[in-house]
Amino acid sequence: MIELKHVSKWYGQTQVLNDCSTQIALGEVVVICGPSGSGKSTLIKTINALEPIQQGEIYVDGVPVHDPATSLPTLRSHVGMVFQHFELFPHLSVMENLTLAQIKVLGRSVDQATTHGLKYLERVGLLAHKDKYPAQLSGGQQQRVAIARALTMDPKVMLFDEPTSALDPEMVGEVLDVMTSLAHDGMTMMCVTHEMGFAKRVGTRVIFMDVGRIVEDCSKDEFFNHPERRQARTKEFLGKILQH
Amino acid sequence: MLDLDLSFVTLELMRKFILQGFVFSVQLTVVASLGGLVIGTLLAICRLSGWKTLAALSAFYVNTMRSIPLVMVILWFYLLIPLLTGHSIGVEFSAYFTFVAFEAAYFSEIMRAGISSVSPGQKNAALALGLTPAQSLQQVILPQAFRNMLPVIFTQTIVLFQDTSLVYAIGAYDLLKGFVTAGKIYGRPEEAYLLAAVIYFALSWAASWGVKRLETRIAIVR
Repeated sequence: MIELKHVSKWYGQTQVLNDCSTQIALGEVVVICGPSGSGKSTLIKTINALEPIQQGEIYVDGVPVHDPATSLPTLRSHVGMVFQHFELFPHLSVMENLTLAQIKVLGRSVDQATTHGLKYLERVGLLAHKDKYPAQLSGGQQQRVAIARALTMDPKVMLFDEPTSALDPEMVGEVLDVMTSLAHDGMTMMCVTHEMGFAKRVGTRVIFMDVGRIVEDCSKDEFFNHPERRQARTKEFLGKILQH
Repeated sequence: MLDLDLSFVTLELMRKFILQGFVFSVQLTVVASLGGLVIGTLLAICRLSGWKTLAALSAFYVNTMRSIPLVMVILWFYLLIPLLTGHSIGVEFSAYFTFVAFEAAYFSEIMRAGISSVSPGQKNAALALGLTPAQSLQQVILPQAFRNMLPVIFTQTIVLFQDTSLVYAIGAYDLLKGFVTAGKIYGRPEEAYLLAAVIYFALSWAASWGVKRLETRIAIVR
């Protein structure tokens, strides 16, 4: 479904991604973790070309993302993305947030887009809020709308960039619940997160990154059940976050 | 000392001398602010586009316009065009054109600040949904930029309304000219100037009050 081959990226002189390679199969839920500045958010944004790369190859469902001839809007319309700070459009109502891209990008009629939008709004349990504006919703509700917005495009894969990091602790659960049910439905997901509980429950694979490199890339069971086989850097990181 | 006699101010005088000037001043303000806003937004987009030449040209235009006193732009344009083209273009058209061109520079800076006030995450979210960069700008960035800057845009329009009195330099018949003309005819120039000042003040003050109310309303919506 997704293939990264020797991906490297620089910001000026600073290398932020260093020879990253991995593959994600259909239906996999891959959790990417690592310390801040390790390049995990950058890596996930290269997949829909929000971050251009200078070296390497990326394929999404066979489409070469790195190829300048590839139509990025078309590619992106098949790849859902959820951001740390939700990024709902504050000047549009919840319903308009859900229908804008369906109408402008997929060419759906207003009726079609609305029906489709309501379906996903119900799925995230926010049907009652369809006419509100984003600022009238809590953080957790906003993030659920953002997930619904991505789903209305019928994406082949969903990318999550620290979807719960900006939330109050008591709202993390409602967002993780939506993500969990999505995973159980067989959605292919890549998720940058520090929620190790989520990784253990629904992840199929874990990628650990440090200073722009992929340090670990193994199954969830291998990652959590065999700490003795992990790299020193991974042990140190896990030791710090799992203590609490 | 100043001996004021306002008895010459009648409805008849208002209708005969002031109304026409008032209408022109308002028309000039509306045309210049709308035209200036549209062209200014385009200039701001050029300035913020990644294209260096386009950005430099836009910056040059904006900085040049903002460095020249408005009254000189009005005069030059009115005097130069007949020299260059061989025929006169008329006072009113000249005023419309000059004000749109001049205000575009100021509105460009306002819209540039407005576009910059929208977080880069918004653009990413729009692009991630598959919108093209142009659609992102049109559907997501500009509406927010415009709304964020609305109070500043209106404030600039009030300043613009006051600045329209500078068309006296080319003899256009605006609100001020109406009062001056009436003052001359009735032999009461001091009273006429005073009355003009009062009217400009009252209109601008009322508009400022409206903008303040608008600001609090926008603040609640957001």
